[in-house]
Amino acid sequence: MPDETLFAQILDPKNRADPYPLYARMRETPVSRQADGSYLVSTHAALRSLIFDPRLSSEDLPPSRRPATGNPLKDWILNPIRNRVVNTHRPLIFRDPPDHDTLRGFVMKEFTIARVRDAHAKVATLVDALIDKCRGRDTVCLVDDLSYPLPVAVICELLGVPEADERQFHAWATRLATALEPDARHDEAGRREIAATFDVISDYMRRLIREKRRHPADDMLSGLAARGGRGRPVMGDIDLISTAILLLVAGHETTVNLITNGMLTLLRHPDELEKLKADPERAPRVIEEILRYEPPVHFRTRKALGAIAVAGATIPAGSSVVLMLAAGNRDPARFTQPDRFDPDRNDNQHFGFGGGLHYCVGAPLARIEAEIALVTLCRRLVAPRLLDDPPPYRAGASLRGPKNLGITIAGIA
Amino acid sequence: MTEVQRLGIVVVGASLAGLRGAEALRDRGYDGPLTLVGDEPHQPYDRPPLSKHVLAGELPPEATVLPQLSRLRARWRLGQPAVALNRERRVLHRADGATLPYAKLLITTGARARTWPGEGADLAGIFTIRTLEDARALWSALACRPNRVIIVGGGLIGCEAASCCRDLGLAVTLVDPNPTPLARLLGTTIGATLAERMRGAGVDFRPKTKVRAFSGEAGQVRRAHLAGGEVLETDLVIVALGATRDTGWLAAAGLAADAGGLTCDGACRAISIAGEPDPDIYAAGDVARWPNPLYGDRPMTVEHWGNAVDQARHAAANMLASASDQIPYRHLPSFWSSQFGLNIKLAGSTEGADALAVVQGTRASQRFLAVYGRAGRTVAALSFDQARWLPAYAEAVAAGASFPPILGATDQPRIEALEPGLPGPRRSPDRGAAALETAHA
Repeated sequence: MPDETLFAQILDPKNRADPYPLYARMRETPVSRQADGSYLVSTHAALRSLIFDPRLSSEDLPPSRRPATGNPLKDWILNPIRNRVVNTHRPLIFRDPPDHDTLRGFVMKEFTIARVRDAHAKVATLVDALIDKCRGRDTVCLVDDLSYPLPVAVICELLGVPEADERQFHAWATRLATALEPDARHDEAGRREIAATFDVISDYMRRLIREKRRHPADDMLSGLAARGGRGRPVMGDIDLISTAILLLVAGHETTVNLITNGMLTLLRHPDELEKLKADPERAPRVIEEILRYEPPVHFRTRKALGAIAVAGATIPAGSSVVLMLAAGNRDPARFTQPDRFDPDRNDNQHFGFGGGLHYCVGAPLARIEAEIALVTLCRRLVAPRLLDDPPPYRAGASLRGPKNLGITIAGIA
Repeated sequence: MTEVQRLGIVVVGASLAGLRGAEALRDRGYDGPLTLVGDEPHQPYDRPPLSKHVLAGELPPEATVLPQLSRLRARWRLGQPAVALNRERRVLHRADGATLPYAKLLITTGARARTWPGEGADLAGIFTIRTLEDARALWSALACRPNRVIIVGGGLIGCEAASCCRDLGLAVTLVDPNPTPLARLLGTTIGATLAERMRGAGVDFRPKTKVRAFSGEAGQVRRAHLAGGEVLETDLVIVALGATRDTGWLAAAGLAADAGGLTCDGACRAISIAGEPDPDIYAAGDVARWPNPLYGDRPMTVEHWGNAVDQARHAAANMLASASDQIPYRHLPSFWSSQFGLNIKLAGSTEGADALAVVQGTRASQRFLAVYGRAGRTVAALSFDQARWLPAYAEAVAAGASFPPILGATDQPRIEALEPGLPGPRRSPDRGAAALETAHA
């Protein structure tokens, strides 16, 4: 009898540090129905098949709901309209074609190779500056010192968000990212909080976009906000705002885990750390293996629009489906010795950036940031050792990563 | 020492299929002598870019050299085609008179571009696109900014060439006997959408007509004479009339080979004229015609990149296996094409399809996914600038799903069965995919 509580156990914070034994149990039933009626999908083959299945919809966010204020005008007219607007202009990770494709097209047009390439030099300078700040200390707090400030600075620069404003939306970003966590998403108070935060950050973005239209600069937000020429479709303001928020939040909440999980893994495998230090050319292999072995996003949810037969089971129409990407990454049917961290493995087709239609837009940027950060950390931290193993984790089971990572050092090279 | 260890394996045809087949032999542990024979002087290179990025000037022709994925430890005999095969004596004759003994043979000689068969064939300025030399010559000719390029044939190569020429800002006329481009491959219903796109990009598309002859001045092509009497000025012609299988050298070998391919059994072993498979001769890629179990063992040749790779690897595995351990080759044909800013992919075979339905997106948006049905089954899936969902439909095609296969998809319109507009049965059905390219002359 398959365990119907596996997903609940995954969400339980006490399993955050090592969910992998649970994933192994999960894979015994590739598609398993949970007590709450959702379906967990955990093998590589089933995930691969579903990730390309057009019957799986990403439009699975529960409707936005604003708290009652006691003011009838707000409660009966304004807020329902705002809820409706929010529901129909979700960010593109929560949208299906054709809207998704149109929005993604706009983003891809601005996320140019040239912009990503230019970010390279900026990342290298930033990483060195952040590590320089740790001089004279015997402990590095990796998240606060590097993994968090680096991607935030990079995404702010790329988007054209003034870095001085970052303090302001740090907390907003963290709160909005909980939209990916099922417990927060379905909890009444959590939903209200997400809606309220969305309003505040939307106001901020609206002002910023107005500013960009008045004084366009060479950044993504100016590009996205630009008025199109003859007949070129222009992005609607509400979609523009939700897209900008998505990019900002994604820039805040994912790369931080990639870098931190990466350093944690290297510190747990000192021989691999030494190899990377001796041969920085290994970095791309190391990064891909980290994306498989300790990915920054562990699962994503979808909704089945039609009945789907997969891996010997049938997911009924209307069901909630949890794609356990991190479980597929450890599937022994796809990877030899899946629980071994082995950057030398070939044919490493992991789900670290998802797959299919919603494959991570920021993947090239994330790879650059992680590569430079890890190579530089290995080179410059003298005798790094983990302070706590396992480290304390952030709340999220999907966006999973250490809250902080204490590393003792003998100095900075 | 076994015969194979002493005389070794010879691979005839040093392009994609030959290279991947040779690599597969090594990967599977074959450590005897290995010889690759090729008529072109080059190391194996990739052909798809020749009508795309190379033509558009985005990639130098030299950059198409294929990466070698394993250590081959092979003897290369390039620039000297095989001219005859003596199966009794187990030797291969090369153009320079040399003979090459073999214990086992893998034939991957592919196909060559059909040249202009009509009047004016000897004029300068008439090109085909198949080899590196073709691409180099055409590229230098295009760099001289011809006033008008005429392309004969609206198959994949013709359409891709038209797209590149428009990207280069050249005036282009595409002449095709069918009502739309890609008519034999995708049918006229989908073809009409492409025609619209093509005209939108500025191509002067001339359907339902043929070029009767070319004429010129001082040996250089200057005019195309259409069947209806119209005369078009031109100074550069691209002939895209499909390909013929390179089997001429097998004429006296006693194998079932013709311009449509070399006939093989399900395990990719060449069949003799007596109807028996030769246990030591295998074929793969464009040249091989084999009974595909996915299509009721209908003999077919598949002239696409993916088949060259898969079939060569499959044949290599069978070559090293015992006679009782030969595995039939199953293949779902597929191809991709990039033209006019579109990415077009097909999984399956449209041959004989009697129904067509758009299952995601719309034709009006020029971004959609369509499926082809034949007698109630889904036989092919086409993505028109909408490739991300294709794997799901390709799986449905391979599984022989009913038509239409996937209901309840996102962005699914009301499904209507359309007439695909494919041509009727071919004159010689065993020519298989050969006739997929537009036959003109």
